[in-house]
Order: sequence, then C-alpha cells, then structure tokens
Amino acid sequence: MDMKATPVWTRVCEVSDIPPLGSRVVERDSGNVAVFRTARDNVFALLDRCPHKGGALSLGIVHGESVTCPLHAWNIDLASGAAHAPDEGCARRFPVRVEDGAVFLCLD
Amino acid sequence: MNTQPKLVVIGNGMAGIRTLEELLAIARGHYDITVFGAEPHPNYNRILLSPVLAGEQNFDDIVLNPLDWYAENGIRLHLGKRVERIDRRRRLVVAGDGTEAPYDRLLIATGSTPFIPPVPGNTLKGVVAYRDIHDTQTMIDAAAVQRHAVVIGGGLLGLEAANGLKLRGMDVSVVHLAGTLLERQLDATAGKLLQRSLETRGLRFLLNKATAEITGNDAGEVTGVRFADGESLPADIVVMAAGIKPNTALAESAGLHCSRGIVVDDAMQTYDPRIYAVGECVNHRGVAYGLVAPLFEQAKVCANHLALMGIGSYKGSVLSTRLKVTGIELFSAGDFLGGEGTEEIVLSDPAGGVYKKLVIKDDKLVGACLYGDTADGAWYFRLLREERKLGELREHLVFGETGIGDAGVQGQSRAAAMADTDEVCGCNGVCKGTIVKAITEKGLFTLDDVKKHTKAASSCGSCAGLVEQIIMSTLGSSFQEAPKAKAVCGCTIHNHGEVRKAIREHHLLTHREVYDFLEWHTPNGCATCRPAINYYLLSTWPREAVDDPQSRFVNERLHANIQKDNTFSVVPQMKGGVTNPSELRRIADVADKYHIPMVKVTGGQRIDLLGVKQEDLPDIWRDLGMKSGHAYGKSIRTVKTCVGSEFCRFGTQNSTQMGIDLETMLANMWSPHKVKLAVSGCPRNCAEAGIKDVGVIAVDSGWELYVGGNGGIKTEVAQFLCKVKTADEVKEYSGAFLQLYREEAYYLDRTVHYIARVGLAYVKQKIVEDADSRRALYERLLYSLDGLPDPWETRVGGTQSHQYIPLKVIA
Repeated sequence: MDMKATPVWTRVCEVSDIPPLGSRVVERDSGNVAVFRTARDNVFALLDRCPHKGGALSLGIVHGESVTCPLHAWNIDLASGAAHAPDEGCARRFPVRVEDGAVFLCLD
Repeated sequence: MNTQPKLVVIGNGMAGIRTLEELLAIARGHYDITVFGAEPHPNYNRILLSPVLAGEQNFDDIVLNPLDWYAENGIRLHLGKRVERIDRRRRLVVAGDGTEAPYDRLLIATGSTPFIPPVPGNTLKGVVAYRDIHDTQTMIDAAAVQRHAVVIGGGLLGLEAANGLKLRGMDVSVVHLAGTLLERQLDATAGKLLQRSLETRGLRFLLNKATAEITGNDAGEVTGVRFADGESLPADIVVMAAGIKPNTALAESAGLHCSRGIVVDDAMQTYDPRIYAVGECVNHRGVAYGLVAPLFEQAKVCANHLALMGIGSYKGSVLSTRLKVTGIELFSAGDFLGGEGTEEIVLSDPAGGVYKKLVIKDDKLVGACLYGDTADGAWYFRLLREERKLGELREHLVFGETGIGDAGVQGQSRAAAMADTDEVCGCNGVCKGTIVKAITEKGLFTLDDVKKHTKAASSCGSCAGLVEQIIMSTLGSSFQEAPKAKAVCGCTIHNHGEVRKAIREHHLLTHREVYDFLEWHTPNGCATCRPAINYYLLSTWPREAVDDPQSRFVNERLHANIQKDNTFSVVPQMKGGVTNPSELRRIADVADKYHIPMVKVTGGQRIDLLGVKQEDLPDIWRDLGMKSGHAYGKSIRTVKTCVGSEFCRFGTQNSTQMGIDLETMLANMWSPHKVKLAVSGCPRNCAEAGIKDVGVIAVDSGWELYVGGNGGIKTEVAQFLCKVKTADEVKEYSGAFLQLYREEAYYLDRTVHYIARVGLAYVKQKIVEDADSRRALYERLLYSLDGLPDPWETRVGGTQSHQYIPLKVIA
C-alpha cells in the first residue's frame, strides 16, 4: 500500500517576482500562502495567518529569517513557522524548492 | 577537540548570571562556560530576601535560574565550591575542593561581604549577617524559638531585617550610629517620619549609639549587646547590617588592582585584560554599586565585550532607592540633600505622614526624597534621568504627575492603590496581578522584560509609567530602570539620538550604510528599527536617500490602513474638511460598486471607506479620482477647520481657507509620528486647535499659534508659541516648527514628546526669536516636499503593483 504519496510541487513564480525582504501571496481556497524572500534570497512559505489573531503575515516586515505580523507585532520564524518566545504558536509551513530561479511549493 | 574558548565565571549570583544571559543572547555557543558558586543554590533573586524573611514569599519563588537552565545552556556548574585561587600565569582557577578550571576569559562576580564591626564577641553563635538565603533561614529559625533580636545598622538592609523579624514575632531593637535612619537615602525630616511610623509597628530604635561589645554565655551563645555609653540590651540574635564591602579577597590575592572594589574600566575589564568583573565587587570610576539595575547595565556591557563585539561602554548609573517594607512608602533619588546652586520645593504634612522634597538645579530636577506618598517616584526619577527641562512643569511638580492636568489612563490609577484584578494595560487587557506574578516568577526587572512577557505597555505605551511603578513596588529597594537613553531596539546599542547624528554627520544614505557604520548586530534590522532608520534617512537627506518600501509598516507600504480582518480602510484627502457634490457622488458610487461594508465620517472631518479588499485598492483609488488623505502614515494627517468668517457670525478670519492652504503645503509629508493640525476662526475654537500638533486660532488682529497638543492616548493641551499677523506667516511659522520636529525628533515621538525633551524655550528660540533659523527651516521643508507625488496616483499608474496582486490563484 502506498502510504507516502509523491509530493506534488507547484510552480508559483520566479524568485525575482518577490521583492528581497518582501513577500507575495498564493491564493488558495483552503487558506492563502505567503511566500517570503530574505536578503540572502532564501525563500520560505507559510500559511498567511498569524497564529495569534490571524493577521496576514505576507503584509509584515521581513528581517533576518523572521517576519513581524502587521497586526500585533508577533515575530514568526520563517523556517519553522514558530512564534518567537515568549509568544507561543505556530503558523503552518510549506516545503519550498527553488530550481533555476523558479519557486515551487508543496501545497498538499 | 573542543576549540571553543573557555569562559569561567566566579560567582553564581545575579550579576554574573545576568552577564551570561546577555552573552548567550548575542553570542550563543561562542564559549565553553563554567560557573563556580560558593552557595549550594542556583542563582536566586537576592532582592527578594526581605519578603522571604517577612514570610511573604518562599525560596522557590525567588529562584531566577533553576538547574535546568544551566543544563539547557550547556553550562558546567560547580555549586558549593568556593574558588580559592586564580593562577593568572597558567590561566586557571582552583576551588577549595581542588577542582581546577582553565580559562581564556575569566569573569569575577564575587559580590560583596557584610561589614562586621570589629567589636568583641562578633563571632559568637547567634551573630548573623544578612546577605544570603542561609542568613535569612538562620533568622527565620531563630525567630521561631527566640525572643530578643538586636539589629545593628539602621540602613535599608537593617530596617528590612528588623521589619521581617518583627513580623515573625520577635522583640526587635535597631541600633544605629547616626542620628536619623537611612541617612544616606533620606534627609532628616523624612528619616524622622520613617522612624515614627516604624515605632508604631513596634520596632524600638537606639540612635547615636555605638556598639562596644557583644556579650555571650559560656556556651558561646549571644546573650546581649553592650554600648559605649554603658547601657546594654538582652539579645538572642544579633543581626549585623552595618553595611557591605566589595568582596575582593580573591582578586587581591591574584594580584589584580583593587581599591574599594576590583578596579575596572568602562568595558568592565580589570587590569588583567583576560579578566572581567561585574557587580558589587567592582569599583567603577570610584563607585561600588549595591543595587541591581546598575549591575545589569554592567552585565550588558560586559557581555558585549566578551562576545567580541567591543562596542558597549558603561558610564555609571543614577540611583534611586525604595524601602522594601510593606506598607511604608519611601523613595529617594539623585542629589536629594541639595546644596550650593540648588533650589528646593518642599511639601510637608507631618500629621498626614506625607513629605516630599524636590531638589532643582538649572531648571532640571536633580534629586527627590519622598515619604508617605511615593506614587510619583517613577515619574520624578524619569524626569531626573532624562534631565528634562522643567519649564512650566515646575509650579505643579510637587503635586505629581496627576497634578499636571493629566486626563489619560496614566494618571487615573496608581500602582500601590491598585487591586490585583485592576487592569493596567487597557490595550492588551493585562491586570496588575498578572504583571506582579510575571515579575516575581520569571525574574523580570525592566519595562522591556515586562512588555515581552505580559504584553503590558507594548501597544500604545500609555501605561508604561504605571508598569514602571509596579516594577518598583514589587522589586523594592534595588530596582532601578535601565539607562536613560534606551537603544533603538535589540539590534543595536545606539539610541535614536546617536543614530540620527551618525546619519547626519557621516552622510549615510542607505540602510546598509547605517547598519555597517553603527555595527548593527542583525543582518537587516527588525520591524522596530527599520522604519525608524528609513524615516531618518529620508528626512535627513531628502531627494538623496531612497525610500525602502520593505522597511515600512504595511500601512505605509500599501497606502491604506490595515484592519483586524486584514481588510483596509481608505480615506481620501478632503482639505480642511471641505468637499463637494461631485466627490461625494464618486465616493457613493465606489461604496456601491465595491460593496464597501461601512462608510464613516472620521474625527478629522473626512470620509472613511472601511472593509476594502487589498486587491481592490488601486481600482478604488482610480474610481475615486481623489488624492491620498495619508490617514495611515507617520505623516501629515489632516487640517481640521471650522467654518470661519465666510459664514460664521463670530468668525474673525477665513479659517477654512487657512486650513486648506496648510494642508496643501504639507501634502505627502512624512514625519516621526502622525501630525494633525487645526484652524479655528475665533477663540471659541470649534476646530479643537488646543489638542493638535499645530493649532491655529484666529483673533481679530491675526493668528495665535499653539504647538505640541495631543488628543490621543494622553490628552495634552497645546502650548502657546507666538502670535502672527498674516496667513503667510502662519504657513512659515507652522512649517518651520514642523521641519524642526521632522529633523530633530526621535521616531514615534509626537510633537508633545519632542517639546518635552528639548523644551519650549528652545523651540521658541529657533522659530520665533531667530528669523534666519525660521526661514531656513521653512525653506528646507518646502525643498523636501516639493515634487513629492501623490502615492495613490502613482499606484493607479502601476507603481508597486505587486503589492496588490496575488501571485497565483489555486482553487
């Protein structure tokens, strides 16, 4: 029995479509996904909902490998989705693959 | 092989461990760390020994770093091992049991030892000092079975010990060499009030008394105290609280230069460059500190140097004092005794048990001594630390912060009088009990700590003063707020003034240049410092520095105001609150077409469309065909006006046109915080100019200008700046004032905060008295605003379109 489905990678954009230290949004019925780009061109994807009160993380300020939620300034780690202490909570993260400058997300 | 350099810490107390915490926060993993502690306990909060003695808390409540903490941070901990020797040549320390630890860097934090008066009998059983939990426990045990206690020393520690023993049922006498209690913290009047109040609690005082001998029995136990004048007292326990001295024995034996403390420089480095020292064992610029906040400042600086960043420097601290005896309120700070060149304001109500003395020098508060009513201690201390010019504050100063017409939250409730369930932070719903609990359980000491852990004072900040009071009243005698000019954020050690200065003097034009020049700790700042730096760059170098949208809060990036559900609000410009049927029709059409859930009139005489979807913003702006009202930015907001002489039968000038002209002049102006103006056509002041950043009130012979008003968090009445004759002068003077604010204020300071910092006299000098300065400021304002595009128009034209359009839609 096949328990592990092969991951489905969806091409969403080029890295250059996302401003450095910025983000873009992939709209989805089951919740938008925010795609972030750091100063070093690393790309991360999180569910676009702050674990605190649902603020759109895509609208936050990106710094280092974190984003600050625009509503109440929670800091969320881009790699894990976890809130910085002492806040507690986690935004869902999605795997990202960058190939030849193209960004792929695994949205299963 | 482990290549980490080795750091050894001697002393497992508050200063040493705080240094490690600061170090771990900025350079985790840099060192292999070993800690030696002479006591068998992990680091605990020595400040809270008095509540333990008084039975208000127990030892577990006051542990700051449980054993797990050391393990989690990979710290090798040697408890109950006193370091006996430092071998500086071989670079290792040796403990009493023979344990050796080599070091590359050594931190000495051995604290202080009690001063035991050299009188016969001072080693008898029953003679205790009051320094650590062991002493405290000894006293608690003694109180359970013994009757007579004599406390030698009427200082802070002595009185706290006496109070605790009294609460545990002992018969307590306090012996003091001086004529009044706490003579180093209080003047004679307050000292007497304190004595009287403690006497009503049953403590007995013997002042001007020198101890000659402590007498004992054959078993070597204390039986009494004999004085130089021949009198004597029975005693089962004698508490030595005559003072403390820096514990330098180990450092001295290692040949380090000591003189009333281990002598360190501003980097907390001793004469041996590999060895640092912090805390009560240190002599910094001739001062040995015994309170906790200076130690924490030292810890921060020391950690910075241990982390090889090498940019911190400790410059000494201003101290304040509070007695940790429940129910007794006293506070002192700075030079409260006064002297040559100082003036005093005294309020004395001996019957009511209230005494306040404020010492003023050169129009600044330099000292305060409060007894009975200390609710304003934190406020006075802030004035003192910030060296604020008092000006008009002076005549109300002695009546406290509430005495200055404070209608805001800050003045309504006072920490001491509050119940645990009373709300302190209205924004985040944090009540006093939660804050007190966080302070004691998590070992918090500063406003920043409390903000992080409880969220109190982290939104609008209006309760910050109250939270400071709660910290003070919870931590008692040893609390003192952090350095007077705080760093911008955790990314840097520099404060706003230093950052502004560096940008101006070194012609820094980009974020990168600022971070590199000022040695930021983080690669690209954070959500706190980036917007500030963006503003400083733009305001200092208009037309040279380039705006960085990624360093702007979402509202200023998208040019609309984010709401709780991630929708936005749209407020078109409506100069002076004047509109016309055509604009109203377009607004109505837009509201219909985009299904706007709410249309509301704002407080600034404009119309707000609420609940707008992000992707609709550019289309709505195009359909409106109106300019941005900047209702979302740290920027010019609106100029509120009344009807004025055009229609009103009382109006003396055309206030409406004046408002429109001002709003036209200031269009698209960024500023340290939002800026609101109002123009009223007569002194009835229907436009409420008295609570605006710039308020203009028409009189028959011209216009009166007021500055620094604020209708928000804390209501502030604007102060009179000057009177001018013509409309052009109104523009020039208001423009010059706003440019001064734009060039000199710190980010997120409103005009009222800016004026409080520099003083109204300074502002008047720059704007009213010096015509050249005024004209130059006004020209710089016009230069920096000239040609700025309307942000909505450019976005309708396609600028920054990626901000509004999703990448891809996946069903």
